[in-house]
Amino acid sequence: MIDTVVLFLTTHWLGQAILILLQCLAVTVPLLVAVAYMTYVDRKVWASIQLRRGPNVVGPFGLLQPFADGLKLVLKETIVPSSANSVLFVIAPMLAFMTALVAWAVVPFADGWVIADINVGILYLFAISSLGVYGIIIAGWASNSKYAFLGALRSAAQMVSYEVSIGFVLITVLLCTGSLNLSKVVLAQSGWFWNWFWLPLLPMFVIFFISALAETNRTPFDLPMSEAELVAGFHTEYSAMTFGLFFLGEYANMILLSALGAVLFLGGWHSPVPYAPFTLVPGVIWFALKIAFLLFIFSWTKGTLPRYRYDQLMRLGWKVFLPVSLGWVVLTAAVLQFGGWLPKP
Amino acid sequence: MASLDRTARAFLLSELVAGFALTLKYMFKPKVTVNYPYEKGPLSPRFRGEHALRRYPNGEERCIACKLCEAICPAQAITIEAEPRDDGSRRTTRYDIDMTKCIYCGFCQEACPVDAIVEGPNFEFSTETREELMYNKAKLLANGDRWEGEIASNLQADAAYR
Repeated sequence: MIDTVVLFLTTHWLGQAILILLQCLAVTVPLLVAVAYMTYVDRKVWASIQLRRGPNVVGPFGLLQPFADGLKLVLKETIVPSSANSVLFVIAPMLAFMTALVAWAVVPFADGWVIADINVGILYLFAISSLGVYGIIIAGWASNSKYAFLGALRSAAQMVSYEVSIGFVLITVLLCTGSLNLSKVVLAQSGWFWNWFWLPLLPMFVIFFISALAETNRTPFDLPMSEAELVAGFHTEYSAMTFGLFFLGEYANMILLSALGAVLFLGGWHSPVPYAPFTLVPGVIWFALKIAFLLFIFSWTKGTLPRYRYDQLMRLGWKVFLPVSLGWVVLTAAVLQFGGWLPKP
Repeated sequence: MASLDRTARAFLLSELVAGFALTLKYMFKPKVTVNYPYEKGPLSPRFRGEHALRRYPNGEERCIACKLCEAICPAQAITIEAEPRDDGSRRTTRYDIDMTKCIYCGFCQEACPVDAIVEGPNFEFSTETREELMYNKAKLLANGDRWEGEIASNLQADAAYR
């Protein structure tokens, strides 16, 4: 019985399709639960920083709060403004949400635990994260509202600017690993935690993290949603589940960039100490812990820093991060070349 | 040298690190939130909450329909109509307070010569409809009966300062 099922799943085309579907579910369902609880953790962390309690009424310690919020969003009415382009208005949040999810196809959760183990994984991630801008631009344009439009313009400009420096950060990691495959990137960082790339490439890790904040429109770079000027930025006109999709997409993106940070700089599924009690813990747990750590820093940042001014944001992106990351690419390449540490192809 | 110092600090993100350390420290401090529906903060005896019409201990209502409260009310939230009662005493036939107009200034209780209208310690009287906030005499007297204990002790506690 089991043999026939396994044979069906691995050889028959329908079986393979079902298998891939199951794999996608196995990634998306925990991801969406993680997104739900990320909102909870966010609120708890900000509350603690401000000496408040945070959600604590719905369920024990307020643990059911995310589901109450989600239920509220599902049950509310979706309002499409009469002046909006209704087709694009509805497509935009789906696009934003979808691009945040499809990127997870190439993320290795543990050794071999990856839906699509493609050799251009990093390139794919980069392409998908650029596509995410479209959801925002379309949302801002289709809303036909000045706040949404300005928010979308800001958001797009910001994401494009910081993708440049993220690109150079990725290139330094590529130079050190010699592969665009994310699993190989992780395998190149085996051993003690100081072998992970965060230490050898520390400035790049910092730049990566700050750019990730800008890329996901989080504080201190949340200008697209700066309430004081733009109401809610590109999703001003959105309500109910269309807003919910943007919200989910934004958090999924945050988790994605944390996962990317964990893969590129924190050794992916490797345990920090390569000896017995630590290596017995499954890799996926280490990976989840690293993501959780980075996400905590995301929340911590939002609880700590005020918002940048728009010109400061652009200055930081183009005049500081771009030259620094470019210079570090050259430096890394030179060190690898003349130090004889180039990775074997 | 100063510029070198400044540059080094900028590149080492020293200000950011200091700020983050501060917020991390605050994260572990005790919370200051009063966990509202389960615990409540202290109220002053002078707290001006929901209105109540009081009675004398023998059950007679205090209000003598002098209409001073109606006259002084800056929001004109109070409406009073009065007639002599069968025993010849002057009483209200109608005593309405529009709680949506009321600004909770406390002038009515200051004006009252017999301490009949008072603002009690209750602040949890939200309703689901607007109509429920148009209080009539029966509602106000019922409030008085319900809160008399607290109102009396509050008045006594505050009497020394009046």
